[in-house]
Amino acid sequence: MEGSIAEMGQFIGAGVAGLGAGLAALGVGNVAGNFLAGALRNPSAAASQTATLFIGIAFAEALGIFSFLVALLLMFAV
Amino acid sequence: MAEPTEGGGLSFDPMAQFEVKPLFGGGDVAWYTITNSTLWLALAIAAVAALMLMTTTKRAIVPGRGQSIAELVYGFVYKMVEDVAGKDGLKFFPYIITLFLFIFFANYLALIPLSFSPTSQIAVTAVMGFAVFFTVTIVGIVRNGTDFLSLFWVSSAPLPLRPILAVIEVISYMVRPVSHSVRLAGAITAGHAVMKVFAGFAAIGAIAPFAILGMVAIYALEMLVAGIQAYVFAILTCVYLKDALHPHH
Repeated sequence: MEGSIAEMGQFIGAGVAGLGAGLAALGVGNVAGNFLAGALRNPSAAASQTATLFIGIAFAEALGIFSFLVALLLMFAV
Repeated sequence: MAEPTEGGGLSFDPMAQFEVKPLFGGGDVAWYTITNSTLWLALAIAAVAALMLMTTTKRAIVPGRGQSIAELVYGFVYKMVEDVAGKDGLKFFPYIITLFLFIFFANYLALIPLSFSPTSQIAVTAVMGFAVFFTVTIVGIVRNGTDFLSLFWVSSAPLPLRPILAVIEVISYMVRPVSHSVRLAGAITAGHAVMKVFAGFAAIGAIAPFAILGMVAIYALEMLVAGIQAYVFAILTCVYLKDALHPHH
């Protein structure tokens, strides 16, 4: 066991920030699941909404990326 | 990754594949050094040129195999720009198809074993992300003048809420280039690192069959991700462009 308390906090912080990526996965799954539920009820309208699906996924995913970024910063930049 | 290094004495650092190295000789990497990143970026451009220029020189009425693919890609991106950015966004179609094809081929060439993935470098994706950000902002200001600021003033919200929403809107506008570029670099980096981790497990005799099956599955997923990330990058550019052209909420 070596290293300082600050270093330990850094690693713990990076791990906690990693939780954000998992929570963003919940959001992305929610978007995709709701799209599928809607698409199965009205399949003829589904094809025209795939662009909206990807935009929604991208925005939900962006927040997960920020937590990933925080984790990276804690690991390599601080 | 301490365990896999014991089998066979090979090093399996999953992040070592993202190291930018000079192609010829050693030494430091300066801005003019030809690196492995430079090589694979150039190959991506060569692949785009091969698809879009070489196949369409004949301009056949009945397209051949290559020309059909080129026309298919052109039509796909054209429709995406028209649907998302609107008719007046079509002026920027050449820019968006360039971005899409470049990222698409950079992602797919990176899936060749022993290749280098240039889109895993934040330096590469950030240049593209900030280029889009500045283009879109300048277009918005030139086209709409001060009217562009109404993008941040949500006129459908109650009046007392609007200043608070304006702050949030400005922040979300400013982090766009970051999320735009880190999404691409993060997805590619993570995917390739996972493949390397499974490759490391394949060196341990008992679990090697499962590791190889896992690698095949992850590789298939990465084929999907490579295409989807190029599509997402292009479609978000269209969304940002639409915001700049029509800033009213």
